[in-house]
Amino acid sequence: MTGGLLGFYRVVAATAVQVQFQYRTANYLYMIGMVAEPVVYLVVWQTVARAQGGAVEGITAGQFAAYYIVWTLVRNMNIVFTPYGWEERIQRGELSGQLVRPVHPIHYDLAYFAGWKVVVIVLWVPIAAVLSLLFRPTFDVTWVEGVVFFVAIWGAYLIRSLLLWALGMVTFWTTRVGALYQLYFTAELLLSGRLLPLALLPAWAGTVADFSPFPSTFGYPIDVLAGDLSTSELFAGLLQQGIWIAVGAALVAVVWRSGIRRFSSVGG
Amino acid sequence: METEPVIRVRDLRKTFRVPEREAGLRAALKSLVRRSHRDVHAVAGVSFDIAPGEVVGFLGPNGAGKTTTLKMLSGLLHPTSGEAVVLGSTPARREKDYLRQITLVMGNRNQLQWDIPAADSFEMNRAIYRIPDAEFRRTRDELVELLELGDLVKKPVRTLSLGERMKAEIAGALLHRPRVLFLDEPTIGLDVTAQKRIRAFLAEYNHRHGASVLLTSHYMADVQALCRRVVVIDGGVVLYDGGLRELTERFSPHRTITVTLPDPALDLGRYGEVVQPPDAEGRVVLRVPTERSSAVAAALLADAGVSGLTIEEPPVEDVIEQVFAASREPA
Repeated sequence: MTGGLLGFYRVVAATAVQVQFQYRTANYLYMIGMVAEPVVYLVVWQTVARAQGGAVEGITAGQFAAYYIVWTLVRNMNIVFTPYGWEERIQRGELSGQLVRPVHPIHYDLAYFAGWKVVVIVLWVPIAAVLSLLFRPTFDVTWVEGVVFFVAIWGAYLIRSLLLWALGMVTFWTTRVGALYQLYFTAELLLSGRLLPLALLPAWAGTVADFSPFPSTFGYPIDVLAGDLSTSELFAGLLQQGIWIAVGAALVAVVWRSGIRRFSSVGG
Repeated sequence: METEPVIRVRDLRKTFRVPEREAGLRAALKSLVRRSHRDVHAVAGVSFDIAPGEVVGFLGPNGAGKTTTLKMLSGLLHPTSGEAVVLGSTPARREKDYLRQITLVMGNRNQLQWDIPAADSFEMNRAIYRIPDAEFRRTRDELVELLELGDLVKKPVRTLSLGERMKAEIAGALLHRPRVLFLDEPTIGLDVTAQKRIRAFLAEYNHRHGASVLLTSHYMADVQALCRRVVVIDGGVVLYDGGLRELTERFSPHRTITVTLPDPALDLGRYGEVVQPPDAEGRVVLRVPTERSSAVAAALLADAGVSGLTIEEPPVEDVIEQVFAASREPA
């Protein structure tokens, strides 16, 4: 017997690695396409910084470069099983196949996308090197920040996975969950640190963001490596991630229980 | 000795509430305000038992309630009422121990990973069902051999033909040696050779491991090759539950007699109903009541001097159709 649930995670993640390496060119093109977004933000902010004498709200051109280069990795860590996938899964009847297995389907998604991340990280390294040569980032990373960053990117992955799984399960009630996802996506774009560093948000928006899970999935992991967080801020961020993981897990459990009851009564 | 059934179903019912509206813009606007629904009784009180090791054909036209019943038995659907007990468990609870002992194969759905070789998907099933390594290797090798998969398991699933893929799907679904197999159209869309291979395999698997099988198929050859017993269902109710042979005897009161005439002008109307007049070789097809078929055959040989006489039961498809027709006749 090889390791129960852990063995399952290992095998599924390894499967994902095999699948994604088969599509390495497509993955690379996808990642290069994805770099366009932060490069646009970066060029804009660096231009503004230079026009304002070298910094915006204390963030220098080099810090902006560091922020958006780390952004590219965190963005990839944020790719999880989305509500669109849920729509497809239910419409194609794939969920039925998963339900007759003695493993909760979320474990499959978590393990599969985690395996994919391994490929992403490998492919990301040269992209980050090229961006660093082009935009000259300013990094000042301690080993503690390095370790916390490693934990934080997986925390971000887990939070986003759980929240989008819970949102995706709305498909049990409506086949148009994509509209809800768009709403989530817009809020996330503005409040997570994806569009701009959280320090540049207006005060009221910053307060709203503080009470949302979004900074834990984007701004916080980036700031761990590219920002200037104190040790207590580093660990407070991890604690916050822990809280959102617990909230996400509880949400998944509740929505799953009631969603599966509905699926079992209306059919799939 | 009385054997406990592996599957016990009593008055099982499943009713779906489905939205409906007339066609057109007016009806679409009206449905925004007031939605109307209709109750569809997909399964309307089904009862049967299946013994250990038994292979039962579950037959019926599209929409008869076969797949809904299979889904209730495999835990995918909650029954509206009634009782279903499989291997001592209530399927709707979907307990892990229960799910480890069953499998559901749906001919039109894929479980194997599309982009990687089936062998890798088998590995995943090993982890899912927590199969000990030695047992996994033994079962995998046995299934690969029985299904004549060979090196096909090393090719990405997307490159396999439909028949090869289905064989790999079945191997993947049986790696954990389930005690109960729910097979929903396992040979759908396959060519005759692949169908035969899968039938032979299922028969061998049942023989070796004593698994109970509930099989739905529109191919009567599947049913004839594998099932001694059939449950015929239509409109969510069981129309017949018994031996396949008894089904033919009960619902087909006729036999078909084919003879070759020495003289094509000979009129055989007095022996039975001529359903096909003499062809170029002088072959005539007669339909006669089952109880008279032996006497008519003897008379044809003695009086009419025919040659090449054969007596055939009607095809099972026709018999099943007869069952449906009988159930729809007004009482």
